[in-house]
Amino acid sequence: MTETASTTTPGISSTTTSGPASGEVTDAEFPLERGCPFSTPTEYEQIREHSPLAKVRLTTGREAWWIAGHELGRAVLADRRFSSDRRRDNFPFVSTDPETRKQLQDQPTSMIGMDGAEHAQARRALMGEFTVRRMAGLRPRIQQIVDQHIDEMLSSDQRTADLVEALSLPVPSLVICELLGVPYADHDFFQARSGPLIRHTTPTEVRLRIQKELNTYLGALIDRKVTDPTDDLLSRQIAKHHAAGTFDRTSLVSMAFLLLIAGHETTANMISLGVVGLLQHPDQLAMIKEDPEKTPPAVEELLRYFTIADTVTARVATEDVQLGDTTINAGDGVVISGLAADHDPTVFTDPDRLDLERGARHHVAFGFGPHQCIGQTLARMELQIVFDTLFRRIPTLRLAAPLDDIPFKSDAFVYGAERLPVAW
Amino acid sequence: MRIEADTDVCIGAGQCVLTDPTVFDQHDDGIVMLITKHPEGGAAHRAREAVELCPSGALSLIEEPGDS
Repeated sequence: MTETASTTTPGISSTTTSGPASGEVTDAEFPLERGCPFSTPTEYEQIREHSPLAKVRLTTGREAWWIAGHELGRAVLADRRFSSDRRRDNFPFVSTDPETRKQLQDQPTSMIGMDGAEHAQARRALMGEFTVRRMAGLRPRIQQIVDQHIDEMLSSDQRTADLVEALSLPVPSLVICELLGVPYADHDFFQARSGPLIRHTTPTEVRLRIQKELNTYLGALIDRKVTDPTDDLLSRQIAKHHAAGTFDRTSLVSMAFLLLIAGHETTANMISLGVVGLLQHPDQLAMIKEDPEKTPPAVEELLRYFTIADTVTARVATEDVQLGDTTINAGDGVVISGLAADHDPTVFTDPDRLDLERGARHHVAFGFGPHQCIGQTLARMELQIVFDTLFRRIPTLRLAAPLDDIPFKSDAFVYGAERLPVAW
Repeated sequence: MRIEADTDVCIGAGQCVLTDPTVFDQHDDGIVMLITKHPEGGAAHRAREAVELCPSGALSLIEEPGDS
């Protein structure tokens, strides 16, 4: 692994000296709301043009560096001098105030909060579950799940639906539940809890209570699978760790928690936003309706365009790091804004235009570096199947409300739509 | 050109396999496996893309004498 050389930092041009100094703190609290409803906040653009990083104040009251350039963002995410350890004092959370964080610090972290060898060990234990080959094996079942939900939509006489409830949430929810071996009968329980967890505005006591309830539930589930294993990811992980002598109930609960929340709240929001994006661009939608071969690149473009998990890619510097003219001090928090990176015009021409034929796959919608999303192949496949099937089976699908009236999740760190009224 | 894969840093993201399954595969544990170290033509082009996309830095590309 080559570390980022401090003398030639990628993504920083020595000529970008105009504008405010990179150390300047703006008045706004980051992350900022998207506009209209998808545009990148102007402040992100300003930071990128000037530096491309600046010190900002987060919604949690802390200061952190905000990185808004694609090349620099990728370099920092691949640089092991920046830690993912969420137990570090100055980790730049955007959703959890420092007080809450103290209460959560005693809890074990899942692999997203680990570094180096500890992370590699946790990730490697799980990687085999998400190979391209294994995911391809899930395709027929996912197709069946999507078809069943569209059957239900079509069986209604009303010819209208809230797509979030009818398709966007239940499909990935059912897929991740079956993969993990979590009874889908309990999905209301998770959905009611995963929703609030991804919001900045959820009060501390609610967040703590939810975390505890989910941990208790998953702990009991894992206990049942220890005595009565079934054919699913959790049972296989239990068996694998028992065989290796590394079984640890608490770690498995953390892992299950991560996969369950990630499985609920990411793909679901991408389905809703992707449908909006496609319906807003009927010429481009017509193209993928005619030729399903064009769906995979279209999915990449939708992932880039929306980059729904803008701030999950956050780190803490473990030593002083020189990025161009800027010194990041040991202990400084750094947020690599995926949204800003994926709308960097030096990398993506005319970045605010949705271009389903762009063919650019080097976006950071799934992150970058050693923590890049483990479920990305599954997510891609779910999105491809949903978009292909939905518009093939309901070709007259349209939004049943003006775009301005659709409630978007402006207070969530996974962007999405609260509801999506559609008609056909 | 030649492709090298560092299996110690691979994180099993699978981007290389999605880019060109005639050059890259995964072992059952998710770790990258090179089907060929010397892709040619279109496969060489896609292998370059895979190196660029690899999130962990596990893939590298070595230009060799005779490369055009």
